[in-house]
Amino acid sequence: MEATQHAQDSLIAVVPQHDEEHGHHHHHESFVSKYIFSQDHKTISKQFLITGIIWAIIGGLFSVLFRLQLGYPDSTFPWLEDILGRWAPGGKLSAEFYYALVTIHGTVLVFFVLTAGLSGTFSNLLIPLQIGARDMASPMLNMLSYWFFFSAGVVMLSSLFIQTGPFSGGWTAYPPLSALHEASPGSKLGVDLWITAMALFVISSLLGGLNYIVTILNMRTKGMTMTRLPLTIWAFFFTAVLGVLSFPVLFSGFILLLFDRNLGTSFYLSDIFIQATERALPNEGGSAILYQHLFWFLGHPEVYIILLPAMGMASEILSTNSRKPIFGYMAMVASLFSITILAFLVWAHHMFVTGLNPFLGSIFVLLTLLIAVPSAIKVFNWLTTIWRGNIRFTPAMLFALGFVSLFISGGLTGIFLGNSALDIHLHDTYFVIAHFHIVMGVASFFGMFAGVYHWFPKMFGRYLNNTLGYIHFWGTIICAYCIFWPMHYEGLAGMPRRYFDMSQWKTFSQFGELNKFITIVSILSFALQLLFVFNFFYSMFKGRKLQTKNPWNSNTLEWTTPIDTGHGNWPGDIPEVYRWAYDYGKDGIDHIPQTVPVGANESDQH
Amino acid sequence: MNIWMLLAIVAMIFLVIFQISKASEYVSILKGEKRSREQSNKINAFLMLAFLIVGLYGAWWCHKELAPETLFPQGSASEEGKQIDFMFIVTLYVTGFIFLVTQIALFVFSYMYQEKEGRKAFFLPHNNKLELIWTIIPAIVLTVLVVIGLRHWFKITGDPPPNSMVVEITGQQFGWTYRYPGPDGELGKKNYKLINLLNNGLGQDWEDKANFDDVSPSKMFLVKNKPVKLVIGSKDVIHDVGLPHFRLKMDAVPGIPTTLWFTPIYTTAEMRTRLNKPDFEFEIVCDQLCGASHYAMRGVIEVVTQEEFDVEMAKLKPNYLAANPTKDPANAKPVVADSSKVVTAIMPPAATTVVRN
Repeated sequence: MEATQHAQDSLIAVVPQHDEEHGHHHHHESFVSKYIFSQDHKTISKQFLITGIIWAIIGGLFSVLFRLQLGYPDSTFPWLEDILGRWAPGGKLSAEFYYALVTIHGTVLVFFVLTAGLSGTFSNLLIPLQIGARDMASPMLNMLSYWFFFSAGVVMLSSLFIQTGPFSGGWTAYPPLSALHEASPGSKLGVDLWITAMALFVISSLLGGLNYIVTILNMRTKGMTMTRLPLTIWAFFFTAVLGVLSFPVLFSGFILLLFDRNLGTSFYLSDIFIQATERALPNEGGSAILYQHLFWFLGHPEVYIILLPAMGMASEILSTNSRKPIFGYMAMVASLFSITILAFLVWAHHMFVTGLNPFLGSIFVLLTLLIAVPSAIKVFNWLTTIWRGNIRFTPAMLFALGFVSLFISGGLTGIFLGNSALDIHLHDTYFVIAHFHIVMGVASFFGMFAGVYHWFPKMFGRYLNNTLGYIHFWGTIICAYCIFWPMHYEGLAGMPRRYFDMSQWKTFSQFGELNKFITIVSILSFALQLLFVFNFFYSMFKGRKLQTKNPWNSNTLEWTTPIDTGHGNWPGDIPEVYRWAYDYGKDGIDHIPQTVPVGANESDQH
Repeated sequence: MNIWMLLAIVAMIFLVIFQISKASEYVSILKGEKRSREQSNKINAFLMLAFLIVGLYGAWWCHKELAPETLFPQGSASEEGKQIDFMFIVTLYVTGFIFLVTQIALFVFSYMYQEKEGRKAFFLPHNNKLELIWTIIPAIVLTVLVVIGLRHWFKITGDPPPNSMVVEITGQQFGWTYRYPGPDGELGKKNYKLINLLNNGLGQDWEDKANFDDVSPSKMFLVKNKPVKLVIGSKDVIHDVGLPHFRLKMDAVPGIPTTLWFTPIYTTAEMRTRLNKPDFEFEIVCDQLCGASHYAMRGVIEVVTQEEFDVEMAKLKPNYLAANPTKDPANAKPVVADSSKVVTAIMPPAATTVVRN
């Protein structure tokens, strides 16, 4: 305790002296350089977050619109025609536009929200702050990373307003549907814009990812060895590695698709006769399956690009609020590492029913189910972390606990789907929808919310409203389970995903009432998220002000910076690090920040 | 009117929630940070426990209501699907057990170890023995699941039994075409460039004699207890032959034929009596997004006895004769009306009534 006090005193003593200096060595910032083309990692992180929030609202709204169709296939909503025009003639979505909504919902949430909005936000915010660096290795590339993301968003948004409509072939964009202009109205200009947006997004991801890796490897402060890094940083590191190695493969897949669409090549096309135009295409020898390999070579790591940051943040938040060290730090790092390796070796489990060589399939079954081992280790370690803790239920903590619950629920259904023989039956049904929405969608959202509630005070110097936070958490977790839990059963009845209307089918048309229920709950859930968005923007300006630098009594470095952190993060020297980030409750002391030297009488390090 | 009403009501509710939340923040400032934290801790810890209990009850209730609506109570309609149902049950018990243990631990720990005055957290950074246990046990359990799964996987993806019949199924936007090899037992050659929507929807090569007796009924007839090998193809985009009752599925990829085999064990008529559903049909479900009318791409399988099957096949006129009316032995008579009937038989119903929205 004494040591803690000492360290804090000495830091406080340094502050005023450097505040004076501040004006001298710091360039004057205009509005544009401070808020728009900023190179400060903290501002860029806020830009990623707010852009992510806007896209989440758009993507969420789309899901509400297509849920209306699924819940009320026989009803008309005249206001739909008011806002969508000819895409909803007479107040009923057209099938074509339904598929466009599904496609853009998937693309936007996977890439713009849960990749850019999640790892873009928190890698940017936390990497320099938690490793003790003044900024990213290249602030300029970091800024470009955001603006490439922004332009990807502009192109994607513009595709919603073209005459033939946005792309409607599913977020996976399988050719030939995505390659043939004649196959669908959404396969016309919409695809080209979609691919352009995605290409810009890949560039953004690569610029960001390279920056994160270089920063973590080279810019750690004195004493911050790799094994003293908070788990958040390890998670961001592996996320960036995944992205850097797999996004280029996706990029190549997209470029070949663009060639097939517009230059007459046959990478993915062979033996095609278009029913609508009664035309046999000249393309021969291509393989539509090649695209799926290229796509899923990113597509599966992408799942972990989305999940790992949420895992990292949940680990940090669970430990802090249990007032206990994270259990099995090295095992946590090792499992992150093995998940990263395995993530590259499981992609073809998305392709068990494509006619894949059965032997190849069996290898992918083995590797896929292997990934359950590090996932199980993580879950058990989280459970042991809260065991015999002294838990503070901040909204962030609740969301981190909710993350663990959802990760378990959604992860376990992955064991069904990863086993190829069983997957044959469940593939492309609502069982899959339920599985990945819980484990990758909602769980990662919970990780993201946990991060926002936890680090909002660092971002804006104010707290989010707690009561709204609690309402947000309890409402969302109840809604999430009510929406996705019953969907497993629809899948077990053979109900396929991406169906506009089930009424003509005998096998799975019995879920009318359930579909209505799910729709109502998803609207409620959407409203709850708007409540959070309101809380976010309101608290940014009017929230309760932070009185102390370290509101959660946390050990990590970001809480040693002043409340109003300037560009450069620490007004004086960058603090030195003497210990790992998880000395909570050690020797009876509530918490010992990383900046506190190891005392003479202290018990052994972890 | 009602959408604006609804929005207004939602806005009102928002406002009320917001005012309450703001007020509670003022109250907590007045009470002091520590006391208000203690209070919200108690409430949330209790809610954790309540959520667990209500959630588990909800899951049980959901199962009770929805499990009868799934395909499992009726059992697999194919021999091969039985093993898939078995795998499902095994996996369900294994994961269900882990689910219960971990979720209960999560929420009960949260409740038990809520912050209390005087409680000290237990400093426990790691324990190698524990970590080893929960690395090895999942690994063993998963190995068992993998072994069960792969044995069956190799069986159903392996060669079909020698006595199998062969049926070709071809997808197009938005319907299925079926082709049977006829008496010679051999499917004739195809070339997509020969496709002609008027009388050669599959692009059969009339130079190949094996094509002369190939027939295309408007639904897929299969024989009870006789293994069938499906040869699956597509004319345009990727489709998928989804057979939920048989627990099977396979993509239809243009340019790359795929296969799938299974043994139906109930006739359609038997299913109707078993389930007491007079309108029951085995449906072929397109499971791969193929365009705007993907959701309407429906096919029907009728499983019959061998005798019924022979009768159905005898009714069909080979596609060759429909495309080449002059070769028809019955060509002395005018064939116009006759051939048009056969052409509609070749074209599946969904393809002729393409839904355009």
